[in-house]
Amino acid sequence: MRRAGIWLGGGLLLLVTLAAILAPWIAPHDPYAQDLTRRLAVPFWMEGSRPEHLLGTDQLGRDYLSRLIYGARVSLIIGAMVVVVSGAIGITLGVLGGFFGGRVDDVVLFLITCRLSIPVVLVALAVVGLLGSSTTLVVTVLGLLLWDRFAVVARATTMQVRNLDYVAAAWAAGSSTPRILVSEVLPNIMTHLAVVGTLEMALAILLEAALSFLGLGVPPPLPSWGLMIAEGRDFMFFSAWVIWIPGVALFTLVLAINLLGDGLRDLFGAAPS
Amino acid sequence: MSLLEIEGLEVTFGQTAAVRGADFSVARGETHCIVGESGCGKSVTSLAIMGLLARGATRRVRRMEFDGRDISRLSERDMSRLRGHRMAMIFQEPMTSLNPAYTVGSQMAEVRTRHLGGTRQAALDRAAELLGRVGITAPGMRLGQFPHQLSGGLRQRVMIAMALMNDPELLIADEPTTALDVTIQAQILRLLAQLQADLGLALLLITHDLGVVARVAHRVSVMYAGEVVENAATADLFAAPRHPYTRGLLDCLPIPGKVAPGAPLGSIPGMVPKLTPGFSGCGFRSRCSLAHEACAAPVPMRGTAHLFRCVIDA
Amino acid sequence: MASFLLRRLILAACVALTVLTLAFTLTRLSGDLAISIAGPSATLEDVAVIRRAYGLDRPLPEQFIAWVGRAAVGDFGESYFFKSRVSTLIAERMPITLTLGFVGLGIALVVSIPLGILAAVREGSWIDRLVQLFAMIGQAMPSFWLGLIAMIFFGLQLGWLPVSGTGSWEHFVMPGTVLAFSAIPALTRLTRSGMIQSLASDYIRTARAKGLSRFSILFKHALRNAALPVVSIASVQLGFMLGGSIVIETVFALHGVGFLAWESITKNDFPVVQAVVLVLAVIYVVLTLLADLFNAVLDPRLRR
Repeated sequence: MRRAGIWLGGGLLLLVTLAAILAPWIAPHDPYAQDLTRRLAVPFWMEGSRPEHLLGTDQLGRDYLSRLIYGARVSLIIGAMVVVVSGAIGITLGVLGGFFGGRVDDVVLFLITCRLSIPVVLVALAVVGLLGSSTTLVVTVLGLLLWDRFAVVARATTMQVRNLDYVAAAWAAGSSTPRILVSEVLPNIMTHLAVVGTLEMALAILLEAALSFLGLGVPPPLPSWGLMIAEGRDFMFFSAWVIWIPGVALFTLVLAINLLGDGLRDLFGAAPS
Repeated sequence: MSLLEIEGLEVTFGQTAAVRGADFSVARGETHCIVGESGCGKSVTSLAIMGLLARGATRRVRRMEFDGRDISRLSERDMSRLRGHRMAMIFQEPMTSLNPAYTVGSQMAEVRTRHLGGTRQAALDRAAELLGRVGITAPGMRLGQFPHQLSGGLRQRVMIAMALMNDPELLIADEPTTALDVTIQAQILRLLAQLQADLGLALLLITHDLGVVARVAHRVSVMYAGEVVENAATADLFAAPRHPYTRGLLDCLPIPGKVAPGAPLGSIPGMVPKLTPGFSGCGFRSRCSLAHEACAAPVPMRGTAHLFRCVIDA
Repeated sequence: MASFLLRRLILAACVALTVLTLAFTLTRLSGDLAISIAGPSATLEDVAVIRRAYGLDRPLPEQFIAWVGRAAVGDFGESYFFKSRVSTLIAERMPITLTLGFVGLGIALVVSIPLGILAAVREGSWIDRLVQLFAMIGQAMPSFWLGLIAMIFFGLQLGWLPVSGTGSWEHFVMPGTVLAFSAIPALTRLTRSGMIQSLASDYIRTARAKGLSRFSILFKHALRNAALPVVSIASVQLGFMLGGSIVIETVFALHGVGFLAWESITKNDFPVVQAVVLVLAVIYVVLTLLADLFNAVLDPRLRR
């Protein structure tokens, strides 16, 4: 059952990643090319669909399948970059707090508490609203806001590892602190952090979509799935598929990443909390 | 007629046969000890009688009667009317056996009101009386306390008092002193023996300690590898053990006056066999110096008052 | 107990101060506020006047202290766009957001606690797997999209519920349910794992040995201990929901604090934005404080 989750989730993620990488070659049309004579063409399962637009077109006549494929790029790149930024912050803080304990740990715990009390969506929206929407800004803001779970898990696992015999042995053998952190602690907590990484990536992708949906994420005409849903909103009561297609894509990608993360967690054993 | 009669009790957990043949009976007002090393199935036997086996365990029994009534096929609902009412049980781990979220008084009172009804106040009065009876000072104050405020010894006394709330006829105590300090162990044991005599309880005491058996038991069942291998009055068993395992066990015991100081104590060579559901025959044969082919076949109980499960006459 | 409370209060105050600083910094990110306030058609003189009027010509630390001083007594200044007191604006909109949050939390608890208990009691069965799958699906569901789909299905096709706006309790059913979905996965999992742990404990074996009814064993003895983490997480989730209401309120055109924040962000109305950030953060801090207190009441071991 769990193995099935890893295979299914990992397989779907791989598929989406491949589509994102190969977008220029597999997308049937230019995702930005407008054709106002072919607005809101219906997808293949509906009456009157056009074979050249498998998933139909949007309100500007842009090919929906091509935008969907390019949209995977936006989601995956932002998701991965946010994990890199938030992982760097959270792991550093968590490992330091967990390893040194005492005052250092108090500060780390305080920072985590502060971070949790900040409403993520609101602050992210406000920053993007103030500074103007761009992919870099979305990554930076979400990265600065989503490090808490990394810090919590890194802290708890580091505390466990610190008390293991071979770490004490390395210490006794005169290894320097940075050396112990990098060569003894990090490899041991990596599996737990990988699990957090997948779950954070899923969260970042959802948040990017929400920000873009509210018009304060990545700027148009970039084909973000959240933006596609926002643009389709005005037509959803008559052409429901314009929000169904990007929504299902978003849901499937996030579900796949979560399945993978959950499977990995069961495989590695749950992290202490 | 005995209060509790068990015949052919078998319990399996997946690919492990925990109990594969337990036969014994407990008479009214008698202290019956089940003795054996850890893993021999004695705790599982006690849980099986109460119907408290964990999920995943399968129980089969030829005959299981409590006060002349067949309890082997009772539903969980009917069984729960007996438990805590006419048969009660205390456990090995006093530290974790009480619910941390409720006061001692509330946990004691609910057993009374559940089975006998009556007001909560009446139940609390009864609880206070029993706390005094098990040697707890200031019972009124203790009733309002939470388990974490009590020591291990006190918690075990609370467990005993709680078990007595409805005047049960049978009390099962599963290694009630193992988790306690040595000084407390003796106190709890003395208390149990005292209560047994005063209240005329049938006490089924599970222990691994032959010293305990010698002090309190009227009758003993020795368990080995999931089977009751010998069942006799305590004096008979210590005087003339019939099963090779029992003899080996007694040889390991330093008895003042019998074993000279400095003389080497006996030990039993070998290990307990792994018991899969297909295992048959005497579980002790791989460690027994007298074993022969007949030991590989199922061995029936022999004897009348002093029962034993061995093909060899000794 | 008292020292525990005191430590919590000090921590809460420190957190509030940090968020205050953040909320202030947030509005200074974009450079010259006066230019933004004055708008694109303003002359240089207009900007200078505005700068003086809003005290933006003072040094930053001075501005900060002045702002903190006023914020501490609930004075967040005046909205540039709505031309009214920010505190009044928030007070007017708060009931809608709070209603939404509590409806959401209520639905989340009503769904997730029974599901969690059911899954724990039937651990490993197909029911358990179904519940876990449900939690997984809930976690992957984009709330704004779920909201739109619900509008199409329940609002338009079935016509059961109003599509947007406020006015009656029915207006809160759909947004509340959608909002609940953000808390259901975590609460269900927590209830499930707490109950599994609780049901396997020695005190449950004791409760069974006492012959208690199945109801009493499940709901009195097991749930009480499994509820401790659920209570803390539920209040934290309420905080997250209030923060996340900005998305739901925008989707369903509920004119609560979240909608206000979104409007203000798109209109560069900084006093409102920083006030909403601050208010939501303070509410979160208070909620976690309440959760700690409630836990202390529920768990006698913490009551010292």
